[in-house]
Amino acid sequence: MPENGFRLLPLDDDSWRLEAYLRRGGYETARKVLTSMAPEAVIAEVRKASLRGRGGAGFPAGVKWGFVPKGVSGPKYLCVNSDEAEPGTFKDRLVLLRAPHQLLEGMLITAFAVGIRTAFIYVRGEYALVARRLEEAIVEARSAGYIGPRLFGTDLSLDVVVHLGAGAYICGEETALLESLEGRRGMPRVRPPFPAVVGLFRSPTVINNVETLATVPQILARGADSFLSRGLPKDGGTRLYCVSGAVRRPGTYELAVGTPLREIIEVHAGGTPEGKGLKAVIPGGLSAPVLLPGEIDIPMDVDSLARAGSMLGSAGIVVIPEGTPMLDVLHATARFYAHESCGKCTPCRIGTSWILKIVGRLRRDGGRPADFDLILRLADGIKGKTLCPLGEGAAMPIQALVTKFRGELERAVAR
Amino acid sequence: MSYAPAPAALRKIEETIALYPEKSAALLPVLHIIQEGSGFISPEAESWAAAKLGILPVRVREVVSFYTMFRRAPAGRSTLQVCHNVSCALAGAEDILRFISEKLGIAPGETTPDGAISLVTVECLGHCDNAPCLQFDGVDHGPATRESVAALIEELKAHA
Repeated sequence: MPENGFRLLPLDDDSWRLEAYLRRGGYETARKVLTSMAPEAVIAEVRKASLRGRGGAGFPAGVKWGFVPKGVSGPKYLCVNSDEAEPGTFKDRLVLLRAPHQLLEGMLITAFAVGIRTAFIYVRGEYALVARRLEEAIVEARSAGYIGPRLFGTDLSLDVVVHLGAGAYICGEETALLESLEGRRGMPRVRPPFPAVVGLFRSPTVINNVETLATVPQILARGADSFLSRGLPKDGGTRLYCVSGAVRRPGTYELAVGTPLREIIEVHAGGTPEGKGLKAVIPGGLSAPVLLPGEIDIPMDVDSLARAGSMLGSAGIVVIPEGTPMLDVLHATARFYAHESCGKCTPCRIGTSWILKIVGRLRRDGGRPADFDLILRLADGIKGKTLCPLGEGAAMPIQALVTKFRGELERAVAR
Repeated sequence: MSYAPAPAALRKIEETIALYPEKSAALLPVLHIIQEGSGFISPEAESWAAAKLGILPVRVREVVSFYTMFRRAPAGRSTLQVCHNVSCALAGAEDILRFISEKLGIAPGETTPDGAISLVTVECLGHCDNAPCLQFDGVDHGPATRESVAALIEELKAHA
C-alpha cells in the first residue's frame, strides 16, 4: 500500500500501470491475505472497519459479504458496480482511470473472503474509453499472475470480465444490474431473495461499488483500527467527494468520512466564485434532497445526512449559486427521473412522467394553482411503492425542491 | 436484406460469448459489436443476434429499445452528445446546446443532411467537474465553450 497513508487516488500520471502500483507495494496485501488469512477473518476485519458502501445505499460491505450462504457447492459471483450515472458523481471514473489495480486487488481480497472465482465489472456504456484502460490493466495483471489461475502459488483463481452497459441509469440498482448482465432490460427484481442468496445466474452474488472495493486493500494492509483512525466509528476511512457546480475548484476530493459539507465546499473546492452567493447544495447526487445555505454545517456521512432529511448517496455535491432559477433545477430533476424510470413499477413510471408534464406546463404557461400540491402528492404516491430505490430517488429531491423553494417557484410561475 | 457481421466482428462476437456461463448474457456486448460495425442495429441484425445466442428475436428487440446507446436507425458518422443535467445546466449547457444547434442547423435528435454529425442530449456523462461537457464518438470534451465546440465541429466535419 502507498506509504503516504491511505490514498485511493494516486496523483502521478502513470499510476494506473502495474509497474507503478507494484512500486507502491501493490498486490502485497492480496498476497498476504490469500496465503495467510482465513476468509472469515477477512470478513471480520472489514466489518470491524465499518466500511460502508460508497455507491449510494451506504450498506456495510462486511455485513453484505456475510449474507452469502456458507457451504454452497455451485458458483458464486462478484459484480463490481461501475455504472456510475448519478448526476453530480464522477469518482469511480477516476478510480478506474488512475487506480485500476487497486480495484483489482480489492476484488481479489473480496473474492477470497467470499469464495468467489468469477467477477464481472459492469461499466456504464458512456465510459467505454475508461473501460478500455481497465481492460489494459487487467491484461497486465493477468500476465503477471495477479488475475487468473493459481494466485500467489495457491489453488485459488479469479477470472475478471468487463461488461459494458448501454445507457440506462437504472442499471446502477443492483438487481437491475444483474438483469442487464444476463442480457435483459435493466429492470429491478423482486426481493427477497436478495442477490447474496440468489443473484447472477441464480447463484449467490456479491455486488459492490468500485470505490468500496478499491478501499478494501487498505483495511487489510493496516488493519481496521488504523482505518478507523480516519472517518467515524460507524462509517470509517476516507471517501471520494465530488464537487461540481458553482465552485472555484470543481473536482474529486479524498477526505475523511464526516468532513463537514461547508469545509468541502469552501476550503477544498475553493468556495463559490467571486460575487456569487450560495443558494442551495445537493449533497449526494441528484437523488439527495437539496440543502439550504443554513443547512451545510453538517458532517458528510451516511447517518448525519439521513438525520438531516437528505442523503449522502454517492457523495456528489452540486453547488447551486444565487440567481439560479429553481424552476429550471426542478425541471432538470423531473426530466431526469422521467427519462430514467425503467417502467416496471406503475407508480414510478406514471408518477415521474406526470410530474415532468406538470413542471413543463408550469414553465410554459404558469400551470394551474394546485400544481405544486399535485406534484407533492404524486411524489408521495411513488415513495415506498416501488421495487427499487429509484422511486424514492425521484420523489425525495422533487419534494424537497418544491417544499424548500415554494415561494420562489410560485412567484416564478405567476409572471 | 439479411445480416452478417464482418469476419473480424464475428470472431470478436464468438470470443465474447465464450466469456459468459450462459450465451444469452452476452447480448449487450454482442449488440455493441454489431453497432460498431454497422452504425446501427437493424431488424435483420436483431434476428441474427437472437439466433446466435439462442433466444427469441423479441428478447433482442426488448433490449435494443430499452438502452439509449443502441440505435435502430443509422446516425451521423459522428455523434455529439451534449449533457444538460444540473451541473452542466448551471455551467451554461443550454446555451452551448443552442449554439451547436444553430451551427449545425439541426435540433437535438437530428442528423446533418450530409450525414456527418448527429446531435443528441444526454443526462450526466460523469464529467461534472468539466461542465458543461459533451462527448463525441465516446471522447469527452469539457468545459465546453462556444469557441471550443466551434473548433470541434470544424474538426469533425473535416474528418467526416
